[in-house]
This record gives sequence, structure tokens and C-alpha cells, in this order.
Amino acid sequence: MPDPDPSSRIVVDVRALEKSFGEGPNRIHVLKQVSLQANTGEIMMLVGPSGCGKTTLLSAIAGTLKVESGTIHVFGSPLEKMSNSALTDFRAKNIGFIFQQFNLIPTLSVAENVGVPLLIQGYSNRVAIKRAREILEKVGLGDRWKERPNKLSGGQQQRVAIARALVHEPPLVICDEPTAALDARNGEIVLDLFREVARSANRAVIIVTHDNRILSYADRIARMDDGEIVEVIEQNDQRTQHFIHEHAH
Amino acid sequence: MIRLALKMLFGDNAKYLMLVAGLFFATFLIVQQASVFCGLMRWTTSTLKNVAAPIYVVEERVEQVNETNPMRDTDVARVRSVAAVRWAMPLFSGLQRVRLADGSFKTIQLLGIDSASLAGAPGRMIEGNLEDLRLPNTVVIDELATTRLSSDPSDPSKKVKIGDQFEINDVEARVVGICEALRSFTGGPYIWTTYERALLYTPGARKMLTAVIAAPVEGMTANQAADEIEKATGLRAFVNEGFGSNPRDRMTAKGEHYGDFNTSTIWWYVKNTGIPISFGTTVVIGFIVGVAISCQTFYAFVLDNLKHLGALKAMGMSNFRLSIMLVFQAFTVGLIGFGLGLLATSGFALGAINNGQPPFYMQWQIPIGAFVAIQVICMLAALMGIIRLSLYEPAMVFRA
Repeated sequence: MPDPDPSSRIVVDVRALEKSFGEGPNRIHVLKQVSLQANTGEIMMLVGPSGCGKTTLLSAIAGTLKVESGTIHVFGSPLEKMSNSALTDFRAKNIGFIFQQFNLIPTLSVAENVGVPLLIQGYSNRVAIKRAREILEKVGLGDRWKERPNKLSGGQQQRVAIARALVHEPPLVICDEPTAALDARNGEIVLDLFREVARSANRAVIIVTHDNRILSYADRIARMDDGEIVEVIEQNDQRTQHFIHEHAH
Repeated sequence: MIRLALKMLFGDNAKYLMLVAGLFFATFLIVQQASVFCGLMRWTTSTLKNVAAPIYVVEERVEQVNETNPMRDTDVARVRSVAAVRWAMPLFSGLQRVRLADGSFKTIQLLGIDSASLAGAPGRMIEGNLEDLRLPNTVVIDELATTRLSSDPSDPSKKVKIGDQFEINDVEARVVGICEALRSFTGGPYIWTTYERALLYTPGARKMLTAVIAAPVEGMTANQAADEIEKATGLRAFVNEGFGSNPRDRMTAKGEHYGDFNTSTIWWYVKNTGIPISFGTTVVIGFIVGVAISCQTFYAFVLDNLKHLGALKAMGMSNFRLSIMLVFQAFTVGLIGFGLGLLATSGFALGAINNGQPPFYMQWQIPIGAFVAIQVICMLAALMGIIRLSLYEPAMVFRA
């Protein structure tokens, strides 16, 4: 597996992606010739109606879903050509995950949850906890490291999930509906964190969202409909402002 | 990873306790029932332990020590005449009834041994003098008889002691010694007397000799001497070394021919009684209960944690490492359940030993076998979880 190319600005390069689910008459074409690029230093948001293929595209970019045709290069590595074990290894090293339901393990402490990606990479428990506590300080939860996740509010749990996604310093952070379970204030706190992450060196954030309140945080927005990318608009594009204004109201 | 696996396991108290409880009961049922079965089988050979002669010569069709065919007294001389035999003595063994002072009767296992040599005498006397057995109308009783033949078994002060008397078949018997002995298969006590007096205590018959006990000459093994006795007399000669394979075991047209009397006796009970079926059924039920509870609960545990395990998979944990985590979790609950089950069985054993019953004999193979059985149950449970987890696509974790 080639290592990520640090000189390239393109983090994710998806071309002509096809994916279907089901067989025969029940077959649903979820991704149709989807092509997309994401660059370092930016927050890219995937938006669109339910069932348009956003999460499927995100899963494919994350290397958790095999596609039928097309290519997915993440940091120059062709995911579609990798074996399952190589993909697993690639995900462990290069991708940070933030799930809609946080997926924190309730029987572990906050710090132990955050340290999981480091344990996966083979670090000792001591090192994992130390690094987890450092990153928890950064997300403002340094004093809650011993607690169980269910003692925290939704916003705090999401910050723990963000800390977990960043603790091993992955170049690509993948977020699925990160603000779906949060109120407006906590949503803003979380998005500020994402912005900070995206601006750090050689890192990109891709967010799938239905939450129109957060669109203003995007550097680029890819709008999907019926398995296709309908348009990709930049933050400084007038269309973006119009899009945000239209959807936010 | 191991720490993570354990935290996930112990964090779900309800399922963890359910798993441990299932494995605890499975262990207890398997070990306790197997040990009671072994204890019962050991009791079938009590006479062989209490009369620890190296060779037992019996009538040629005899297969087990508790069901012998009577022989002529002259058979003792025939055995003595074999060059491989150092000594050979008569032995009487049979069930008799003791009449107590209050007129009630108790069943005992009566042993009659040679009065001159006292060959076949109890291994350890607790009280009294073995030589007093040569006095008229005397018997040596085992510890169990001191309460079993007492007028009030619940009152320790009324235990039978040296000098006490009772009747066997209307003939007086006076206690001159108390010894240690293994309890008989029927649960009754052992009483030793001389061969001649045993015949007096027993209703007369043409042939009364139960067995000839013998020892090999120096330089010859019991097996070699037994072979010589069989060749010379046509009687059946067993060695008395303990249950297990013996060089003289062989297959005949009538079935297995065992060289050791313990082995032959135990196999007779296994083949001709419902005892192993009864105990075996309980052991199998224990295993099935363990499988049912543990597999179901562990599978539910995996399903409950599937989204977390799926998240770990998405974050880059390999199927192999996740499988190791599940195997370790299953192994851990197996170890704890087995430990608690073994502890409970030990408590039961302590009670059985103090009480003298039920029979309990835990050979080292039993806990090892049970541990293997419990771990098989756990690995089956883990396998179910591993299969479910391997079918779980990491992409599923993105679906709310």
C-alpha cells in the first residue's frame, strides 16, 4: 500500500463510481458515475435528500464499502484495488471517523474511548490514555476523562467522538451527520472544532449532513440527487451563499 | 485489546452474570455427576480395596466381585499347588443381616478370612487388636458399623464399641476391633471375622467359598502368577491393581476379558446396569444447558455490541483481532464459570466426605474434561459471535 503523498493537495479523488444494492427487479442503483475531489485544508459537505447516496459515497470514500466500478484514490492510494486487510490497515492509519450516533463504547471511560484508534494501531494502553487526555484537553473535556460517556451531554459526547477521530492524527476525517443529535449551540461548537481540524496541516474533513444550519462552515458543498453529484459549489461562490440562504430558510 | 475486551464484557453486568451462571451450572452438573458416578463405581469395588490381596481366584464364569459363584474349599489347595503362588487363603464375602438389641435388622457385608494368617484383614485398625479375631464369636467392624448398628445412630454416646454384642443369623458376635474401610456398594458396613465363623453366620450350602486370595512368588508379577493359576486350575484369576488397562485384557468370543478384577467389576456395572445412562444423561444435560444458555447469551451480547464492534471494524480493527477479542471474552467467562462451578462442587464434595455419602470420587481427569467441555461451549458461543460479526459490513455503522 503506497503511503499518502504529502505534496498533493488532492486528498480524495473519486471517478465514475458505480454502486448498486439488491438483485434483479429489486436492484437499486445508488451511485451513478459519481466523480468528486476533496482537497487538503477544506471542509467538504455532501448534501441532498434522504436516499440520494450520500452515506454510500461516504462509505466508499472511507473504504468500508466495495464499489462495482470506478476509482477511489485517497492520498493517491487506489482503495478499489486493495485487499480487505490492506483496506483495514489503511483506515486505521489514515481515516478518522465520526458517526451520527457517536458509537462510543458505554463500558469504557471517555479517555479509553478516545484511545481506541491508538490501541488499534498497537500502542500500549498507557500511551493511548496519555494521548487521549491531551486531545480531550483540546476539545474542552480534559476534566471529564474518567467518566463514562453516558454521563455527558449529547454535545460533549460528540466532542469525545471528535477527539477519538483525531487522536491518531489521521489526514482524512469522515463525519456522518455530526450535528444530527445536537442543539444549535453544541452544533456550532462542534463545527468550530471541525474548521480548526480542517485548517491544520494536510488534513481534510468530509461531512455528510442534512443540517442546513451548518452549511456556512463548508468550504465546498457537493449536492447529490438520485445517486449523482448535481453540483459542487465553493464557499466564495455566489451560488453557495444563495444555496445556504435558500436551504437555511 | 484484551483490556478493551474485558471492559466490554464486565460492563454488561446482566449478560456477564447470566453467562457465568450458565457455565457455573454446567460445570457443577458435569463435575458433580461425573464424580458421584466415579464414587459409585468405586464403591462397587470396595471389597477389593478392603481385602487388598494381589490376586483374586474365582469361579471361571465370575465377572464382578459382588456377584460370585461359590467354589469348593478344596480349590484353596489347588491354587496353593501352583508353583507361581506364594500363599493362597480362603475368602468368604456375602451379605448378611445383623439383629440388633432392639430386635431390628441391618444389612452388612460379611468377610471371612483365614484365621491362622489373617490374610485379607483390614488395612488399618482404629481400635482393638486384630489377633483377637481368633477368639470365639468375635468380629471386627468398620467405623460405619459403629453408628449403623447402634440402637440410636443420632446419639454418639450409643455408638457400638469394643465389647458390644449383636447377632448374625442367631449366632452371637462380639466386637473386638474397629477398623477403617471403604463403604460397600449397598451402603452397608463391613464386618470381618474368620472364614470358619463366617460359614457359621451364613445359612449352610454345599459350596461356600467366595474366592481364593493369593500372592505371587518373589520375582514374578501378579499378572504372570494369575496366568499360571488359570492354566493350572481352570479357575479365573484376576489381579487386584485398580481400574485401568491391564496386559491380560483381551477380546474373546464372549466379549472383553479383563485381567483386573476392579476393571472387570466396573465394566460389568457399566454394561449391565442403567447407572451410566442415568449419570451420563445428567452430564449431557449439563453440557446442553451450558451450550443453550451460554451460546444464546453470548450471541445476544455480541448483537448488543454489534454497532460498537462494527465501529471498531470501521476504524480499522481487523476481523482477526475482533475475533480474538470475542474468543478471549468467551474464554474468560468460561474460566470464571468453571472456577465457581468447581468451587461449588468442592463444597459438595466436602459435605459428601463428612457425611460418608453420596459416593464422591473426583479423579483428575474429571475437572480437566469438564474444563475442556466448558471451553468447547464457550468457543461455540464465540464462533457464533464471530460468524455474525464477520458478516457485518463496516459500512453498516454509517446507517443510523
